[in-house]
Amino acid sequence: MARIRRALADVPRAETPGEVPVERTYHRVHGDRSSAQTADLLAENLADYRAIVHRADTPSSPDTPSSLPALIARLLADRGATSVAVPPGLPASWLSAVPGAVRRVPDTAELTPHDLDAVSSVVTGCAVAIAETGTVVLDAGPDQGRRRITLVPDHHICVIRVTDQVVGSVPEALERLDPARPLTWISGPSATSDIELDRVEGVHGPRTLEVILTGPESAGQS
Amino acid sequence: MPAFPQAANASTRNTHLRANLRHATHTIRAKRATAVAELDDWSRLRAAGAAIKDRTLRHLDQYLEQLESAVTAAGGQIHWAADADEANRIVTELVRATGEREVVKVKSMATQEIGLNGALATAGITAYETDLAELIVQLGDDLPSHILVPAIHRNRGEIRDIFTEKMSQWGRPAPDGLTDAPADLAEAARLHLREKFLNAKVGISGANFMVAETGTLVVVESEGNGRMCLTLPETLISVVGIEKVVPTFQDLEVFLQLLPRSSTAERMNPYTSTWTGTTDADGPRAFHLVLLDNGRTDTLADTVGRQALRCIRCSACLNVCPVYERAGGHAYGSAYPGPIGAILTPQLRGTQSELDASLPYASSLCGACYEVCPVAIDIPEILVHLRERVVEGGPASVRGTRTVIKPAKGHAAERAAMRAARWALDHPRLLRTGQRLASRTRRFHPRRLPGPGRAWSDTRELPKVPEESFRDWWQRTRGGSGTGSGTEGRKDTT
Repeated sequence: MARIRRALADVPRAETPGEVPVERTYHRVHGDRSSAQTADLLAENLADYRAIVHRADTPSSPDTPSSLPALIARLLADRGATSVAVPPGLPASWLSAVPGAVRRVPDTAELTPHDLDAVSSVVTGCAVAIAETGTVVLDAGPDQGRRRITLVPDHHICVIRVTDQVVGSVPEALERLDPARPLTWISGPSATSDIELDRVEGVHGPRTLEVILTGPESAGQS
Repeated sequence: MPAFPQAANASTRNTHLRANLRHATHTIRAKRATAVAELDDWSRLRAAGAAIKDRTLRHLDQYLEQLESAVTAAGGQIHWAADADEANRIVTELVRATGEREVVKVKSMATQEIGLNGALATAGITAYETDLAELIVQLGDDLPSHILVPAIHRNRGEIRDIFTEKMSQWGRPAPDGLTDAPADLAEAARLHLREKFLNAKVGISGANFMVAETGTLVVVESEGNGRMCLTLPETLISVVGIEKVVPTFQDLEVFLQLLPRSSTAERMNPYTSTWTGTTDADGPRAFHLVLLDNGRTDTLADTVGRQALRCIRCSACLNVCPVYERAGGHAYGSAYPGPIGAILTPQLRGTQSELDASLPYASSLCGACYEVCPVAIDIPEILVHLRERVVEGGPASVRGTRTVIKPAKGHAAERAAMRAARWALDHPRLLRTGQRLASRTRRFHPRRLPGPGRAWSDTRELPKVPEESFRDWWQRTRGGSGTGSGTEGRKDTT
C-alpha cells in the first residue's frame, strides 16, 4: 500500500476520487421500444446466439389453463429426458404435465457434481433478462437454485416472465440486481471459437439452452 | 528469449503461421467493427470507461482498501503479493493447506504472467488448464500466442494430433479415430475435462473486474469452464492484478458493454459469473483473493505509462496490428503479446533485458491500436515514451523505488545519430551545405547502409534524397503561392 501511495506522488493529497470527472453521457438504453417490442428483440437476440426460443401464454383469469406446463413437458419429452433437476422454489404447476416416470431431482446441499452429471435436464426461472444483448441473468433465487444445477446437465429450460422480468439494456439490468448474490449471466449456450474460429456449442456448459417467454403480451406472437 | 527483431525474423518466415494469423485477425476485426457499430454511443462509453479507470488508478490505494474490507466482510480472505515469486508462494501454500495435489484452472493472464503452473509443478502440484485453447497449449507443451484465442497459431490438424498423442498423459485419452472436425475436437475436450471438474477440490482463476464498493469479482467467458472452476471446487483462489478494481457495481454497465464487443465481437459473451465472498451451500466454502503487484506500481508511478493499466485485456489491438499479424504472439516473449504487450511488458518487467528493451520498437506507430482500444489507451504515445527511456535512460520507478536508469545497451548508434542530428539542426548553414551536397551526389547513394547502419537498412527502404532541399525550394518559390511567385517557380523548373 505504501508503494502504491509513493507511485501516486503526482496526485494532489487533497484530491478526492469525485474530482476525476466521469461523464455518463452514454445511453441508459439504446432506442425506444414498447414492452412487446422489447420482448421480440430479446427473442431475436437469444435466437441469434443459438438459444431455442418458445412462447407460452399465461392467461389473465385463473380459470383458463396456461400452456406453459404442456410446453415444458413436450420439450423434456423431445429430448428424451429421464430426469430433471428442480430448484426448491420452482412453481409446482410448471412440471405438472411432466410424466411421473421422469425422475425429479431436487436441488439440495447433498447433490454432488457427480449426481448432477447423471441428470438429463434442468428447469429454472430467472432474475432478469436483457433484450439488447440476448442475456438471461440467474441470481440463485428459489426458482433458479444453486449455480451448479444450470451448469452440469446438458439441457437447460429457462422460463422468463415477459414484461416484469425483461429489461432493455445492461445498465437497466444491473440496477435490478443484488451484487451480494452470486450471478450468472447466460447469453446463448456454452460455446467456443478456439479451433480456427469455428463456433462450436457446448464445451462445458449445457449444449442446449431453451428459453420460454411467458406472459399475456407474448400470447400468439410466435 | 531473443529480442523481438530476432524472434520476429524467424516467425515472419513461417508462412503457415502467418496464414493462420491473418485469417484469424481479419475475421475478428471485421466482426468487431459490426458489433461496435450497433451502439451509437460507443465513443461515449469508451470515454466513460477510460475516465472510470483513470479515477480508479489515481486513487488506487483508497479503492483497494475498500475492496479488501468488502471481500473480507463477505467471507473471503485477502493476500498481497509484491511480485511473481511471492504470489506463487502464497498460492502454493494455499493449495498445500487443502491437502490436494491437483487444481483446475480457468484461463488467467495474471497466472500466465507469473508462471504459476511451473511454480506449482515444482511443488508437486498439477494445474489443469480448462479453457479449450489453453488445454491445446498445455498438452502441446507450447505457449499462448494471443490474449483471447491463445492457440490461434494452431490449425485443426495440429490440434487433432496433439489430442491423440498427449491427452492420455494428462487424464482421459482422446477417443479412437478422432477426426479434425472442430465439433469432435470440442467433444473430446469436454469428456477429458469433465472428469477433472467433477473431482476438483481446488479451483484457480483470475478476474476481469473487482468491485471496490461490494467486493464482487467478475469473470467473463464463453465455454463454461470458468463456471465449472468457480463453482464446483471447495476452495477457490483468484489471482488478480491490483489494477483490475473498479469503484462501483454500476460501473460494470460500462465495461460489460465495452469488453464483449471489443474482444469476441459479441453483444455479450455466453457466460459471465460474479461472486461476492462465499455463499452458503452454493459454490466454494473458502475464497482467497491474491492481489498482485508485480511491476504494476512501477507502471503506476509513470504518469505517461500509467494509462496502460486501464487495459481490460480485450485483445482488439492485437487484431488490428500489422506487426502482430506478421510476427505472431510468441515473438513478444511474454504473456502479453501485440501492441498492449509492447507497452505493458517493458513497464512491468523494466527495460533491462534485451528483449524488453526491444519491445517498444515492435511497432510501426500506425496508431490503429489506439483507434480500437475500448478504454482509449494511447499506445503510440507510450511506445515513443518508452523508446526514449530505452535510448536515453532517465528517472523511473523500479520495484517500488524511484531511480535513474541508464540507457539500454546496443543503442549507441541511435544515440550518436540523435546527437549528430541535434548538432546539425543547431547549425543551419552547415545543414544547408550538407543537404545540397547530398542532392548532388544522389546518384551514388547505396541502397543499403554500410557499417553499423546495416542492420537498420536490412528491414527498411532507404529514403530517396530529393533533387532539391525543401529550404532551397522554398527560397526559390515561396511555397508556390503569393503574388505570382508560384507561376514563376513553375517556369523556373521547366
